[in-house]
Amino acid sequence: MLGSDAILRSLEEEGVDVAFGIPGGAILPTYDAFARGSAVRHVLCRHEQGAGHMAEGYARASGRVGVAIATSGPGVTNLVTPIADAWMDSTPLVCVTGQVRSSLIGTDAFQETDATGITLPIVKHSWLVQDVEELPHVIKAAFHVARSGRPGPVLVDVAKDVQETEFDFRYPDSVDLPGWRPPQSVHPLQIVEAAKAIKQAQRPILYVGGGTINANACDELLELAETGGIPVVTTLMAKGAFPDSHPLALGAPGMHGSKWANWALNKADLIIAVGSRFDDRVTGKLTAFAPGAKVIHFDIDPAEIGKLRRADIPVVGPLAEAIGQLARELLELIEPGYVGPLAWRRQVEEWRAAFPYRYDRDGEFLKPQAVIETLRDLTAERDDVVWTTGVGQHQMWAMQYLVCDRPRTFITSGGLGTMGYGVPAAIGAKAARPDASVVCIDGDGCFQMTAQELATSALEGLPITVVIVNNGWLGMVRQWQEMFYDSRFSETHLTHQVPDYAQLAEAYGCAGFTLSTEDELESVLDEALNCGRTAVVDARCDPEEKCFPMIPAGAAATDVIEFTDLEESVEA
Amino acid sequence: MHTVSLLVENKPGALARVSNMFARRGYNIESLAVGPTERPDVSRITLRVDCSRESLEQLEKQMHKLVNVLRVSTLEAGEAVERELALVKVNAPPARRGELMALGEVFRARVADLGPDSIVFEIVGHPEEISSFEELLRPHGLKELARTGRIGLGRASAGRASRTQRVLH
Repeated sequence: MLGSDAILRSLEEEGVDVAFGIPGGAILPTYDAFARGSAVRHVLCRHEQGAGHMAEGYARASGRVGVAIATSGPGVTNLVTPIADAWMDSTPLVCVTGQVRSSLIGTDAFQETDATGITLPIVKHSWLVQDVEELPHVIKAAFHVARSGRPGPVLVDVAKDVQETEFDFRYPDSVDLPGWRPPQSVHPLQIVEAAKAIKQAQRPILYVGGGTINANACDELLELAETGGIPVVTTLMAKGAFPDSHPLALGAPGMHGSKWANWALNKADLIIAVGSRFDDRVTGKLTAFAPGAKVIHFDIDPAEIGKLRRADIPVVGPLAEAIGQLARELLELIEPGYVGPLAWRRQVEEWRAAFPYRYDRDGEFLKPQAVIETLRDLTAERDDVVWTTGVGQHQMWAMQYLVCDRPRTFITSGGLGTMGYGVPAAIGAKAARPDASVVCIDGDGCFQMTAQELATSALEGLPITVVIVNNGWLGMVRQWQEMFYDSRFSETHLTHQVPDYAQLAEAYGCAGFTLSTEDELESVLDEALNCGRTAVVDARCDPEEKCFPMIPAGAAATDVIEFTDLEESVEA
Repeated sequence: MHTVSLLVENKPGALARVSNMFARRGYNIESLAVGPTERPDVSRITLRVDCSRESLEQLEKQMHKLVNVLRVSTLEAGEAVERELALVKVNAPPARRGELMALGEVFRARVADLGPDSIVFEIVGHPEEISSFEELLRPHGLKELARTGRIGLGRASAGRASRTQRVLH
């Protein structure tokens, strides 16, 4: 068998049903293998960045490993952003890239770049394959590393001559990776300690991160929260890990999280961190973060424990097992009729009632929050809705106003903050879950970074609905300029009308809609959601709307700037 | 300053992955020595890093996650044998030669090469000894210096006796 065919057989052995990519010189033999036939469906993208984000969207929507394929040189450099994104958000990704012939490696050959070198700091591991006999072993190992332990991206760079070489293919049954030993079990004594601490706490809170979804530990989380009556904050990456509509759900903490979630997290006496990493966007000023709290930290990655905040009770291991054990241990400790920290929950509910998310719906322009609330309401009855977003104000409003009751229904770029993630991630999610309604809430700035993938969506039969919260600006940057740079709006004005997004959508074979008033909001969004093909809605919104609440960078998380604070300061 | 000893798979890129991790997390490697071990498929990296105890713990955990890294250990002073080799070229006009030779003898440094106006010393020892030798040679005019970076192993007598038994280095 040829090396090129072996790549596809190996992907099939791993159960890959879809791969996203673009051919080019050094990967041509593998595309020739696609022409010979494969159970792996290939989705032809328009830019390798799109392919990478599609693979990420696929992975996050399905819980399986995403696969992206690219050629050498510019092919792989275009994949660098999705690889970095997957690294930051722990998304399992296998990137297969072509490399120039072995004899040309190191000579600055045409389209040669040091793929493993360029991606070194942002992959779990990478391989340059120059011997065809190694190929099946490397691909087996690549999938194993990508999905085991803390998930993440890996790169398999295959020299062109390796793809063209005949050999006896046999897919290995096991991997030989003596240095890769992710934690397999949980220390039972730590679980006992954790349960005791929860029982004793007056103001406990579950601080849930994206790792909980990666670990498929959401059922166990629900069990734990309900057993202990413990309020739950879910970070941006964890939206959907705990049902947003559950009475114990406090939603997102952090820079644009609610005041009640931030106060609850910061005034707690016990933080139970589950697959979360004390990111600066959550903690604000670290030294001022939750000063009175003892910390139980659950993570599959030992290096996250104590990295930023000391853990009083560290628990390393697979989260589903750990949290399930903790829920059972806690159940043993409590008496029947136990209600948990009732006074604490009442306190948090008072904060929730006093400081709700709010915005002023009056005024000349359509409000972006109204667009998202309408989308939420219009899709509330649907069985399976998957949301994706870009990065910026619209993303934060989506986090605030959407209701996600199930994991893998909110897919966003958290750690890297990659503008342009939304559209390709939505296409990838659609490939993973063809029966779901996939809706990308995007910004106008973000949309223009990967808009070419509309062609992929239209031609590959992967219909999505894109709603551009178009404020005509790089909105979040504009907000910072207004608040922290004395309103010097330097290079942030994109305009509402260039490009004409509806016409652009039509040019790509998609349906285009434009709206700018609240009156047309419901009917136009409804039409777009039900048109049966990829639709782009250009919702022209208030250019000056800011996202609140907000904790300024470097401020303590309790120093939240509220919508009303600003109103008061204007009145004063 | 901490000495870290790593066993890594003898594969291309293993050293780059380790050194990159230090650079990426903002730590400077003060000294680095790489070489073969008793197993042909395993190399040993010994490195020195100046950081707090907490940072060291974080770095160790990050190194553990590297697929090529088989074992990470910290060599504690007193519980490890640490050595370094240095070659030192020093100004040695005939009039000073005797003095330098005597100095070399005190440190058990060998004369590796002798020229009309300079000497190349070869010295093996604990890195601090080498630093002392270097300082004493400096006033004579140190022309060139090459140090291998320290290597180390846990003491054969480690465990019960390690803290009390002082083995001369």
